[in-house]
Amino acid sequence: MILIWVVLATAICVPVAAAAASPLLAWRGLVYILAGFAGIIALGLMLFQPLLIGGYLPGLSGRIGRRTHRWIGGALVMAVVIHVGGLWITSPPDMIDALTFTSPTPFSPFGVIAMWAIFAVALLATLRRRLRPRTWRIAHTFLAIVFVVGSVVHGILIEGAMETVSKVALCALVLAATIKVMADLRVWKKRATLREESVAPR
Amino acid sequence: MTTVVLNRRNLLAAGGFVLAAGVSGLLLPARAEGVAPTDSMSGGSNNYRKGAPVVDRIGKGGFWMSGTVRRAGDGAPLAGQRVQIWAHTIEGQEHEPQSHGATLTDKNGVFRLEMPQIIPIFGQPHGHLAYDSGEFKTVFLRPVMRSAKETSLEAHFVLQPV
Repeated sequence: MILIWVVLATAICVPVAAAAASPLLAWRGLVYILAGFAGIIALGLMLFQPLLIGGYLPGLSGRIGRRTHRWIGGALVMAVVIHVGGLWITSPPDMIDALTFTSPTPFSPFGVIAMWAIFAVALLATLRRRLRPRTWRIAHTFLAIVFVVGSVVHGILIEGAMETVSKVALCALVLAATIKVMADLRVWKKRATLREESVAPR
Repeated sequence: MTTVVLNRRNLLAAGGFVLAAGVSGLLLPARAEGVAPTDSMSGGSNNYRKGAPVVDRIGKGGFWMSGTVRRAGDGAPLAGQRVQIWAHTIEGQEHEPQSHGATLTDKNGVFRLEMPQIIPIFGQPHGHLAYDSGEFKTVFLRPVMRSAKETSLEAHFVLQPV
């Protein structure tokens, strides 16, 4: 039971520590470093989200797990805002190119699409009570997939402070956890009762 | 010449070296449409500073930026053309003045400027070059290094008269 927590802590802490040890940081300004780490931490937090909603984390299942999922969702929005804002301060023309989809770097559009997806997730969360549960669930899942895939491709294509092996491992775990929770919860299925709509199966 | 026929990529890659070596006459007449002008690359002008001074070397050096400047159409090498170069290096960020410098092409249209080691910025190790002296159309280039470990980078201009 404790194993999943050890794996989770390792999968997140090792890439963050490896990036913190990157020699590239010596030649970067503080704002650029903070912007980069906001992105790395966001990638780490993403691993929690499917695990929480699937109820796979001992001590954080059910109601507490879903509440934590919402808090981490909010943190992801903040991290993306810091990431984009910090990069904007570091080099406005490069950020304008990225946001307008005219950047020469292949990873930029994936990052920008992922950004809009997480913003849409946040907006959708505020509308939850007005939507039918199944509609809400499918829309949330779709946007989450866009966010996960966009972020992972964005991260993999970047040559930056992150160390390659730990970065790829974290990305693979995020993808695997996302696929697993979607398969387990069968998000596309109609459910019989409202109770099942709001409680993830154990 | 058989490799040229068999592999267009090699032709493009080798073309620059061959022309720089001054044997362009052997290759060019075969291309009826002439040498096409280089388009500016997207993002090429980012963090550009007008009027970077001509220098012997940017900062302490250790990295070589080189390339050629030729005329569109006949592909003739252009001598004495001013090429501006800037990048994020171990001595400064892209927008900082000490990261910028300019050099002139020699009689073969070749330029070569020593600068500090380029390091990855915004996800790619890349440099910036500009031709903006006015006689020809302005071109901004943004070549990317194959690996951050490389210690040189090339960029080639084919300029179109204004």
